[in-house]
Amino acid sequence: MSAVSGAPALELVGVSKRYGGVAANRDISLSVARGEIHAIVGENGAGKSTLMSILGGLVRADSGAILIDGREARINSPRDAAALGVGMTRQHFQLVDTMSALDNILLGDEGGALLARGRARLRAKLSGIADETGLAIDLDARAGDLPLGARQRVEILKALARGARVLIFDEPTAVLTPDEASGLFRLMKSLAGKGASILFITHKLGEALGVADRVSVLRAGERVATFDAKGLSAETLAEAMVGQRPPPRAEKPSSAPGEILVEARGMRLRGADGRALLDDVSLSLRAGEIVGVAGVAGNGQSELLEVLAGLRRPNSGTLRVAGLDIDFTRFTPAAARALGVAHIPEDRLKQGVVAGFRADHNAMLGRQREARFGGRWLNPAAITRHCADLMARWDVRPASPGLAISSFSGGNQQKLVFAREIETDPRVLLVGQPTRGVDISAIDAIHRRLTALRGAGKAILLVSAELDEILALSDRALVMRGGRIVGERAPGAANARRDIGLMMAGAAEAAA
Amino acid sequence: MTMDQAYSWLSATLRLSTPLIFACFAGLWSERAGVVDVGLEGKMLAGAFAGAAAASLTGDVRLGLLAAVAASLALSFAQAWAEIERGGDQIVCGMAVNMIGAGLTAFAGAALFGEGGRTPALTAGERVTPVVAGLDALTLAAFAAAALSAFALARTKLGLRVNAAGENPGALDAAGGSVRATRHIAVAIGGALCGLAGADLSLAQAAGFLPGMSAGKGFIALAALVFAKWRPGACLATCLLFGGLDAVAIRLPDAVVPGVGAVPVQALQALPYLLTVALLAGFVGRARPPAAAGQPYRRE
Repeated sequence: MSAVSGAPALELVGVSKRYGGVAANRDISLSVARGEIHAIVGENGAGKSTLMSILGGLVRADSGAILIDGREARINSPRDAAALGVGMTRQHFQLVDTMSALDNILLGDEGGALLARGRARLRAKLSGIADETGLAIDLDARAGDLPLGARQRVEILKALARGARVLIFDEPTAVLTPDEASGLFRLMKSLAGKGASILFITHKLGEALGVADRVSVLRAGERVATFDAKGLSAETLAEAMVGQRPPPRAEKPSSAPGEILVEARGMRLRGADGRALLDDVSLSLRAGEIVGVAGVAGNGQSELLEVLAGLRRPNSGTLRVAGLDIDFTRFTPAAARALGVAHIPEDRLKQGVVAGFRADHNAMLGRQREARFGGRWLNPAAITRHCADLMARWDVRPASPGLAISSFSGGNQQKLVFAREIETDPRVLLVGQPTRGVDISAIDAIHRRLTALRGAGKAILLVSAELDEILALSDRALVMRGGRIVGERAPGAANARRDIGLMMAGAAEAAA
Repeated sequence: MTMDQAYSWLSATLRLSTPLIFACFAGLWSERAGVVDVGLEGKMLAGAFAGAAAASLTGDVRLGLLAAVAASLALSFAQAWAEIERGGDQIVCGMAVNMIGAGLTAFAGAALFGEGGRTPALTAGERVTPVVAGLDALTLAAFAAAALSAFALARTKLGLRVNAAGENPGALDAAGGSVRATRHIAVAIGGALCGLAGADLSLAQAAGFLPGMSAGKGFIALAALVFAKWRPGACLATCLLFGGLDAVAIRLPDAVVPGVGAVPVQALQALPYLLTVALLAGFVGRARPPAAAGQPYRRE
């Protein structure tokens, strides 16, 4: 394929993609020149991943065109993408752990029925690439034994070995140590210096500013701005990313926070790989207040909820709930519930409901032993009546207790989960992503309920990936990054949105 | 043990191991590609019946072998369609194959030959007979199949893709390979090998088909696959071990163990299963199946 002279290496023209009623990408146009590093930044759900999937051939756009070297390209599969010289490094590496690094690179482009020749040729090619770019790894190591940074280099080598001239990096530093990340940036610059075009998806503004030549901002599926990185300030970028709208405030009467119901001190939690998931987290939660926890997904918010709900035991730290010191060895979800802690889990379908069960069975989950459901032998009529009652009070539609929960919309599922958890009049409410996958009218209803519960003196911890939601509902907003609470802002304060955005992105630790 | 006894035990071991080796490597291909196959038994029976019926009707053992492979392949195609194309539960589909194999062969046998499901006794020209040192062509072919499979899985493009399909099909897909095609090929290879396992039962070990003659050998092969931790060399060794135990069991009267008393032969015959359970319980190392075994692949 000969290049049309002067044409950008990669150009998107009016790319749109809808999922059901939601526009994931709306009329996105942008171009990446030869040798350019082009960063794409945006919040969770801004449409970055959809765009990547379209370029990688995993998802087909509804409309719009992709031009490579000025020629329209049809990318219907990963194979097409590779043939067109588009290589992708995914957020979750696609490697076969049991195979050597070399075989992982070989897979899909073996060069003949027997591997011996292909392996030898690939080794030679990779040593050429290593000489040129300095990108070298232990080719005979099992991929599963390599550290994350090296696994990522296997993916990059895979793209380069197939002659990729356009490289797409999807959140490449999410799993890397700072050292590995700076090594990756040097590599990206060196590849661009040799003529490769790089599309770099990130939500870390500092990275985008440090590495890219240009930065495009996605918000709600649209490209809202493209800047030259030179001279661009993080503040400008953060504002473009989160928007300048005034925080939408739900009707919220002022309330005087009461006694402290939850007090956590110095909580630490390490993952199976030794990484710190919670790092010295302390917080307190009073009756009659909503404390929001903002942060990019995967920075410890989920773990915080799980520890407080009794689902995970921290490695160290202390917790007091309603004035009682918690012994973590005996702090189960049932124990938490007995103390008046209700939990609305982040992942509704995995932890909130049993998808295959009827609505009425879901509505009594966790309370099935109670006498009102019949005690030893379940009483179907009582179970159905109970659900019908909750449905009426929470306006769940359709009001059909016998229907499988999976037949309800996300919003109605969530209302039923709320109804179930709040029914027993808990004192503390742990809420994860209350409006994820929920339609707009239900979002409004859930927000009003949360505000009412605050007014009724409940202590509410609200974890959400939606900054708007946190700003609208919280009395205080904490920001988590890398398992730490890196700052706190009152949503009403001047520049709260911008400051929180900067803290989430790690661009302004000092500002905390 | 005299030389003669040792020789006869060894040759019995090789003969009795033959169907296990075929079936075990059939399972190996399928499971390394991520498709769990509990239907080995049913496909063996289909192969055994079709082989004996065709040999008896045509008088030609070669047509018998061909029919055995074809019948087993036909079942494996149906299984692959349900499991790979339709995403059906692999355990359920495998059990369905076992039931179809057991039922259809007995039914067809009764309908065709009217001898309670048996095929007529096969004559010399209709059977697989020894070629060298008392070993028949199928036994030799079993070892060849084992060696070829080991080579193919380690050193060919097909083997690389099969392993990727079983460990991380997403990686194969992202690399531009077809998970579907790879799994279909692996399951078909397994189908052909199962057919040969069945042919060995009815054309070499016996002179004709008996309903239910596989007698659990498909499951012993599956146990061997687990016991061998899905590694080709270990698969061959395990099949020989299990075959050897069978050869001892056939020859021995109830052994008398001092202090315990008479040990029935059945105890020996249960050993393959007991060993496998011990392995699964973690007493003999750890068996890790291919990471994606049993999971239908769907792109996210």
